[in-house]
Amino acid sequence: MTAPRLGPTSPRLVPGTRQRLLPRQPTVDLAGHVDHFGPRPDGGRRLIAEVERAGLRGRGGAGFPTAVKMQAVAQRHRSVVVANGTEGEPASSKDKALLTLAPHLVLDGAVAAAEAVGARRVILCIERSAGTAIDAVFTALDERREERLDRLAIQVATTPSRYVVGEESALVQLLNGGEAKPTFVPPRPFERGVGGQPTLVQNVETLAHVGLIERFGAAWFRSVGTLGDPGTMLVTVSGAVRHPGVYEVPLGVAVSAVIAQAGGSSAGLAAVLLGGYFGTWISASDDAVLGRESLGRLSAALGCGVLIALPSGACGLLQTAGIVRWLAAQNAGQCGPCVNGLSAIAAAMDLVARANPGGEGERRLERWLAMVKGRGACRLPDGTARLVESGLRVFADEVTRHRVVGPCPAARQIPLPLPTPGGWR
Amino acid sequence: MSIHLVVNPITCVGHGLCAELFPEWISLDDWGYPIVDPSPVPTHLEGHARRAVSACPTLALLMSKHENPH
Repeated sequence: MTAPRLGPTSPRLVPGTRQRLLPRQPTVDLAGHVDHFGPRPDGGRRLIAEVERAGLRGRGGAGFPTAVKMQAVAQRHRSVVVANGTEGEPASSKDKALLTLAPHLVLDGAVAAAEAVGARRVILCIERSAGTAIDAVFTALDERREERLDRLAIQVATTPSRYVVGEESALVQLLNGGEAKPTFVPPRPFERGVGGQPTLVQNVETLAHVGLIERFGAAWFRSVGTLGDPGTMLVTVSGAVRHPGVYEVPLGVAVSAVIAQAGGSSAGLAAVLLGGYFGTWISASDDAVLGRESLGRLSAALGCGVLIALPSGACGLLQTAGIVRWLAAQNAGQCGPCVNGLSAIAAAMDLVARANPGGEGERRLERWLAMVKGRGACRLPDGTARLVESGLRVFADEVTRHRVVGPCPAARQIPLPLPTPGGWR
Repeated sequence: MSIHLVVNPITCVGHGLCAELFPEWISLDDWGYPIVDPSPVPTHLEGHARRAVSACPTLALLMSKHENPH
């Protein structure tokens, strides 16, 4: 690499730059990537402390502190790093966009994380149907091989199109030759994962941020965002906005500002589904910002950064019922409370959304939502329950109106992606 | 050291023996699957807990000395 070393003093990467992962000039090829970000510095274990100072949290949905996971794996020997780009959330496309537009940044971060925790293998997992992203990654890997950039093996695994595939234990079981279904934990992947080895599973966007922190440090990372929620995040905005798509926004930004960045609502804004189908509804009048404290007050979370704008006049209950029906069909057929409970909840939610004599739907939901929480091997039942609870809260007036006046015409729905699930391998 | 009961929801198929044998700690949900109290089992009930664990036909009821992950 002979390209000049560009640091945080580069005009394109000064502290405060908001377009970090997805700069205006695409960084798809290696030359463009190195020209923009500079070469990777020598890695090492110090990176974990830097990631901790940066306050980076996972961008895959759970928002767990990245350094804590790295530390847990670093304490063990012969580990594996899994870069999770499965993105099973139908309304999310930020991981595919990132892998397509900045594959080298993800790979840099994955290799940096591997060197920091002492792993010898990196496995990058991408959903099988994401052809463009897969092509970009293979091209990037060819370039890196030619330049002899990486000292460890990087493999690519393509994964079935299934909602629960991206769950850590499901992904590990798939990579071990089994079906992509969640397993009973412990042992968790960091204890016993791929090939029985300690495994660090990190979302690809998280790893891209690690690649930047390794280059420019924690203080640079924190120059955008807030004290509690530092950095930027990728969001996928869809629904009733003029310019749906993937955007990079600083944490702490108002939800309304993100909607405005996507061209604003095309038909008034009633509510936003934040975090995707595993997320929660928030009302347009909530004035929420993309931060844990603000969202925590609304029992919401950033999740994987999905924002679906629900226009005024659309029926949030009908939309929720459609999603819950779909979520119920995503169960892995393993845990009784999930298999039975989610279809019961979906039917009760249909009652609330369509015909709800005497409020019977709400009574059933109250009983069953409490009954399924924490009772699956994964969090599918918990996430479904949380989504329904948020819908009942945000659309409380609608619930009453449906009970008294009757259901809304279905024509008011916005189309939501509800893909037919693929196989388990 | 206190003990806790944990169900492996994947191996459990809802035979329901555990709830018969240890109703103080285990009830059944609307579909016949056990709901286990996550708090530590008091010493004087440990015998019942052990009987429930060993009666499970699919070995899905586990005794744990760690915190229940849920």
